[in-house]
Order: sequence, then C-alpha cells, then structure tokens
Amino acid sequence: MTLDSKIPSGPIAEKWDKHRFEMKLINPANKRKYSVIVVGTGLAGASAAASLAELGYEVTAFCYNDSARRAHSIAAQGGINAAKNYPNDGDSIYRLFYDTVKGGDFRAREANVYRLAQVSNNIIDQCVAQGVPFAREYGGYLDNRSFGGAQVSRTFYARGQTGQQLLLGAYSALMRQTGLGNVKLYCRHEMMEVVLVDGHARGVVMRDMVTGKIASYAADAVILATGGYANVFFLSTNAIACNVTAAYRAYKKGAGFANPCYTQIHPTCIPVSGDHQSKLTLMSESLRNDGRIWVPKAKADKRNPNDIPEEERDYYLERKYPSFGNLSPRDISSRSAKEACDDGRGVGQSGYGVNLDFRDAINRLGKHVIEERYGNLFQMYERITGEDPYSVPMRIYPAAHYTMGGLWVDYNLMSNVPGLHVLGEANFSDHGANRLGASALMQGLADGYFVIPYTIGHYLASYKKEKVTTDHPEFRKAEEEVRGRIGSLLSLNGSRTVASIHRELGNIMWEYCGMGRNETGLKKALELIPALREEFWQNAKVVGDGESLNNALERAGRVADFLEFSELMCHDALARNESCGGHFREEYQTEDGEALRNDEEYAHVAAWEFTGVGSKPNLHKEPLVFENVKLQTRSYK
Amino acid sequence: MKLKLHIWRQKHAQDKGKMVTYEVDGIIEDMSFLEMLDVLNEKLIVNGEEPVAFDHDCREGICGACSLTINGIPHGFEKETTICQLHMRHFKDGDTIYIEPWRARAFPVIKDLVVDRAAFDRIMQAGGFVSAHTGGVPDANATPISKIDADKAMDYAACIGCGACVAACKNASAMLFVAAKVSQYAYLPQGQPERKKRVLNMVAQMDAEGFGGCTNQYECEAVCPKGISVAAIALMNRDFLKASLTDAS
Repeated sequence: MTLDSKIPSGPIAEKWDKHRFEMKLINPANKRKYSVIVVGTGLAGASAAASLAELGYEVTAFCYNDSARRAHSIAAQGGINAAKNYPNDGDSIYRLFYDTVKGGDFRAREANVYRLAQVSNNIIDQCVAQGVPFAREYGGYLDNRSFGGAQVSRTFYARGQTGQQLLLGAYSALMRQTGLGNVKLYCRHEMMEVVLVDGHARGVVMRDMVTGKIASYAADAVILATGGYANVFFLSTNAIACNVTAAYRAYKKGAGFANPCYTQIHPTCIPVSGDHQSKLTLMSESLRNDGRIWVPKAKADKRNPNDIPEEERDYYLERKYPSFGNLSPRDISSRSAKEACDDGRGVGQSGYGVNLDFRDAINRLGKHVIEERYGNLFQMYERITGEDPYSVPMRIYPAAHYTMGGLWVDYNLMSNVPGLHVLGEANFSDHGANRLGASALMQGLADGYFVIPYTIGHYLASYKKEKVTTDHPEFRKAEEEVRGRIGSLLSLNGSRTVASIHRELGNIMWEYCGMGRNETGLKKALELIPALREEFWQNAKVVGDGESLNNALERAGRVADFLEFSELMCHDALARNESCGGHFREEYQTEDGEALRNDEEYAHVAAWEFTGVGSKPNLHKEPLVFENVKLQTRSYK
Repeated sequence: MKLKLHIWRQKHAQDKGKMVTYEVDGIIEDMSFLEMLDVLNEKLIVNGEEPVAFDHDCREGICGACSLTINGIPHGFEKETTICQLHMRHFKDGDTIYIEPWRARAFPVIKDLVVDRAAFDRIMQAGGFVSAHTGGVPDANATPISKIDADKAMDYAACIGCGACVAACKNASAMLFVAAKVSQYAYLPQGQPERKKRVLNMVAQMDAEGFGGCTNQYECEAVCPKGISVAAIALMNRDFLKASLTDAS
C-alpha cells in the first residue's frame, strides 16, 4: 500500500489555488461522457452528486433510506463553522485552520485543514443562495454563536436544526438535478461491494432493499459518502441504520482504513436509562453556551439538584479550564464527566450523569431568551426524560457520536485505490484525533461542493480508461460473493437475535475501546470480539427471505461487518501508544490526568491494510509534517 | 406494563393485508414507542416469525422516516411529536393499541407498516428548490433578510417530510407538505425569481401523484410533528392563483 498524500508544494495559503490551476480539466462538452457513482446522500454525498451533475457528469446516486432527505446529517443540531468574521471578533481563515488543527490534537493533515478553512466561507454563501434559513439578527444580517474549542463566534445556525436545513439545501439541489435527469437516484438501496477492474474502482454492487435484487452499476469513478461507524458501540447518537459496511467493504478490497480508533464521545447526551435503549440522543453542544455543567462536591449526593447550595457544587469545567470553561472541546469535556462519575459524584439513578444547569442563564437573560435559543432542544429533552429542564437541570452524559477515523484519502480525497473517492465522515481527513463542534457540517459540504468537483475531473482526465460495463467478470464475481454472503446470513438459525449480539459488541467496545483505553483492556477485547463473531455465525437467527423488504437481514449484514471492523479499531488503539484527542490511553496521561501525546513516535496517520478476517492488519504510516503550526501541548486552561 | 397490540401486517404491495393481534410484556415507561416495537420484534424473531417492518432511522424526531398511525392518529396523540419520540409513560398497563401504516393512495404500502413516499421526492423535483448552481453566488450577507421573514421561512422549512399530513387528511391531500416548501421560499428573497413557476409545477406534480385537495379541516396541522401552520396553505393558494393568472412562461 502506498500512501502518497499528494500535498501540493508551496506556502499553505497558496496550495489549493496552485493545485486548482495545475489539475487537469475536462471540457464542458466532454463531461457527460464520464459517469460517477455516489453512495450516500448526506451532506457530502448530496452536495457532491448535485454539484457534479451541474457540471455535466453523468451521476448515479444511492441511499439506504426511502428518501435522500433522511440521511443522518439531518440530525446535526448546533451549527456550521466558517471564517467569515462577521462578528468582528478576530476570526480569520488562519485562525479557523489553527483551531481545527489544535482541536484535532495535532493529528490532522495541515494542508487539508487549511483548504477546509478556506472554502468554509463559500459554503455559507452557497447555502444562503439555496434558501437555507439561517438565524438572523434584527438588522437582517446573519447571526453567529460560539462553540467548543474556539474563542470566537463563528458558528452559523438555523435554530437547533442546522443539519436539517443544510441537508435540505443539498437535497433540494440534488432533487433539481434528479428532476432534470442529470442524476439517477436510487433510494432504499444498500451498497454491498465496491468493484475494482485493473486496480481501479469501476462500480458497485447494490442490493435493492425492497425487492432484494442484487445489481451491479459501473462508472468511471466511485464516491463513498457513507458516514461514520459510531454504531459499532451499539448505543450512539447515530441513526439506527448508520453502518460501516460500505467503508469496510472498500477496506477489504484494499483501501486503507485510517485512524479507526479516533472516535468522538460527545459530552452532552441524554444518559442511558436502561437495557431497552436503542439509541442515545444528543443535546446540542450549543447548550454549553448558556448551561453550566456541575456535579455535587460530595459523593453520592442524592439531593434534588436545586437544593444543593452553590458552595457545594463543583463546576468542574470552569474550575479546571477557566479560559474555555463549559466550552472546552468535546474530548476534554467528556473525559471530565467520566472522571466525576467514576469518582462517585455522578447524578441521576445510575450515577452516570452530570448536571447541565440553565438556572443562572434564565435568571440573567429571562426564560424567553433561553426558550428562543434552545426551545426545541428543551422540548426534546422533556419528551425523552419526562423532566422540565427550565426548572431542574438537564442530566447529561457522554455518548459515542462521531468518528474521526475513516478511509484514508489523499489531498484529492481519493483513497489509495485509484478512482475510489471518500467524502465527509467516511474519510479520515480533516479532524485529526478530535473534531470540534460545528465542523462536521463544514467538512461534509466542503468535500461535496468545493473539493470533489475539482479533484474528480483531474482524476478522470488523468486516467484515460476503457469503458467497463457490468458484464465484466469482476462484476459477476462480486455479485456472486454478495449472493453467497446473503445466503449465509439467511441460513443463520440459532437462538439469538442479531440485536442482542450487536448490543454485546457495543458493551465490549464501550468498556474496552471507549472513552478510556488501556493495553490490558484492548487485548481482552481482541479476545472477546472473535469469540462473539463466532457466536454470531453459530448462534444468530435471521428470519425472512432475501426477495423482499427484510430489516432483519439488513441488520445482520451490518452487524456482521461491525464484528470484523471492531477488531480493527482495537488494533489501532493498541498500536497508538499515546493519548490524543478522542483516543485516551490510560497509560499515557500527565499527573493531572490530561492526555499525553507522543509526537516523536506517533505524529502520523495510521492506515491499515486488510490481511484477512481475524488476522492482524498491516500498519502503514503517513508522517504528519507540521510546517505552519507549532506542535504543543493542547491547553484550554 | 403489558399491552395488547393490533398491528397491520401485509407481506407485500399486492397482498391484501390484515390486522394481527400481539401481546407484549415487560414494557417500561422510559421506552420509546419504537423501542416497545423492538421488544415485540425480538420476541417474534426468537419464535421464528418475521418481525414487523416499519420505517425509522434517527429516532430523534428529525429524519421523518417513522410513520405509524396509532389508534387512528398519525404519530399518535402527543402534540408535535413524531412516533419515535413518543414514550411509553403515556400508556398504562393493559392498554390496547392499534398500529397502522399511513393510509393514502399516493403512499402505497410496501410491507406491513412501511409505505412508499417517493411521491414527495417527485414533487420536490418539480420545483422544491432554488436554482443556485454551486459556486458563483454572492456573499451571504449581501442580501439582508428581516429576522421576521427569516424566522417565518424557518417555521416552514422545519417540515420533516414524514407525510403525517397526508395520512391524517380524509382527502389524502399533500397541501401542507407542498405549501410548507412554497412558503419557505416565498418568505426569502432567494425564492422570488422562481416563485411562480415553483408553485405551479409543484402543485401540478402533487395532483399528478394522486393526492387530494384541501377542504380546510386542518387535520394536517393537528398531527404535524413540527407544528407547521395551515397559513402555508393559504399562502400557496394565493400564490397559485396569482401565478396561474400572470405567469408568462
């Protein structure tokens, strides 16, 4: 596996401009002769499919939901960052770049992050032009708020539904192109296999989830925009059907999987209430602008939080990180919550919760202001918990939320498999070891609207390939493999449901590869996972047939891949003998419990190469070179 | 708690379908309605029966996938709440619950409680967009928009496209869905250049899909999980009439 990042030479501020000039172009009349497959229609996929179709490429897009509008980007609440500096508070492209590299604990590629910061402003312009109703001030100009890990207000938002509005913007552009016949869109289709011909990605095998039909689709390039893998933890803030299958299939076909151990545990989620739970719900980080996080100073203090006097409360983030306080980055906030609860000071029935208290903000600003800012989030909280957050503090606890790791890509967002491009959360590229709030939306749309439309043209123009049709033997072979796998899943007739095995896997991952990891635990997980995989193939039960809508079969396929992928995560976590961002190895911490990076040995991207199920994957390293940002201990104190 | 469920089971689009009765036990009040169905499905799978198919994904009330009619009311009785956000604390031990799919000619049943809502996508393709090519747009602050108008646009943009409005309407009208999109753009300067064409094309597609007309009973508004106001329909009717009389294209 060769990892050539293809970072353009020259000063960082000029790299993208220079690269855009140097990339090959395809003339407008010839673009229609090239076909591109896009898997996934979230922010990255929908924006890419629409933008490529606008340019004239022949685009085929797929999503597993019944409509492209339902991709999980829709659930993002808080906002999207951009370096507009509208509030005049000192923001700049360089500052957004710097904050993102620092927030990522110096484990991201500088050049990619700089480009992200550069195009961030175009995204806001584009979304406004599409009719995205961002929040505005009375003068009619756009409003901003602040988010974790930044000391400027650079987050644009649409109430607590920013992801929804941005996705509907991209979806509307996609619908326009679909209506014009420039995109062929297939909903309720799930990717089963990526197909390589002569080493190049030339198509996919899809399963029609309604009819069960397995069919191949050929193209000149393939784009995966299939999201993250947080559902490996079973309980996460992801939608139920979010999965690693597409990315994992690509990995098994030779694409490098980079930094799989970098997972983001979001600090502000509603705590687990019991074993019945199917998912966890996020409360937007924006709440931390006005809510204060605390636990009682005394252990096992079961008093009503409102009865606990000020001097007996520990506002631990404000105490430990006075300059960022409640807006400390996600990894730090999550770990601090865990520490407080492990110390016996957690709140709620389970003791795994901390207070997020709006009392002071309500007294300062009035209830109506809080209602206007967070009304829908408060309502959601009340629905789920049956408690009124205007009168008692919310209880929150960290939950798996986002995965910074993903398929390895170069500066052009192409994996090491030529022609296979990866966008959005599915790639590893911009967030290093920890993503800052409101940066996922920015990255998804940057990749789809403003990066891939340029870089894919360069790829297509550079490799003049023979046309391939789905009659090619590689497609036949891939289809047979898919049919075989579906057949094996359908033949499972044991006594356990797939969900119960998924839940068990989630427990293993949360325990040993979650917020804190250590060598002993990871080695234990590497014993437990293969055993559980064996249990799945021996004792799981899948009912129904393969010729109709079969939720049980779909889930079994996804869980089967998680049962292999989870091992990869643990290998990565075990190999990275340092703590950075979302990867906290308990052996590597400072005296006061902060993450201890090891830049000499681990300032690299770890890209893993598949070597067979159950066998240790091969590690390839892409060194991270920091020419602009000085590596330093991340401090938010 | 223990519940008796009457659930619509239909093998495929051509199957006639019927209500089937199930019992679930051990339901606790912190469960969501869909988690209660998970409990039933787990039990069915263990018994070798096919689980009940239903659409769902985000389970936090925003993706619009879930689509169940509970005791005759789309998304159930809790105001402005999708069924995935309805929790079992609103039920009591021994309750009987009827669970059906969206019922509308334009939303044919695919299986059990899963319906085909592709008609909504086709209506969007007919005009639910601003034709803004990627790139080449002005600075986001170049066009100030009054907060009042932006807030109005956002009220309508909140639609999650679930289709409860159609399911609740005796005419299976999609007017609230279409009007929400028309109104969002009507309140924004970006929506003006295509305003007439948009409303004409979206309404034409809505009719072609077989959705009925509005007879002002506001069942749609009553079940809308995002509280979208029927004022949108008035705006759309006005725009439609105006466009029908004045659109030059």
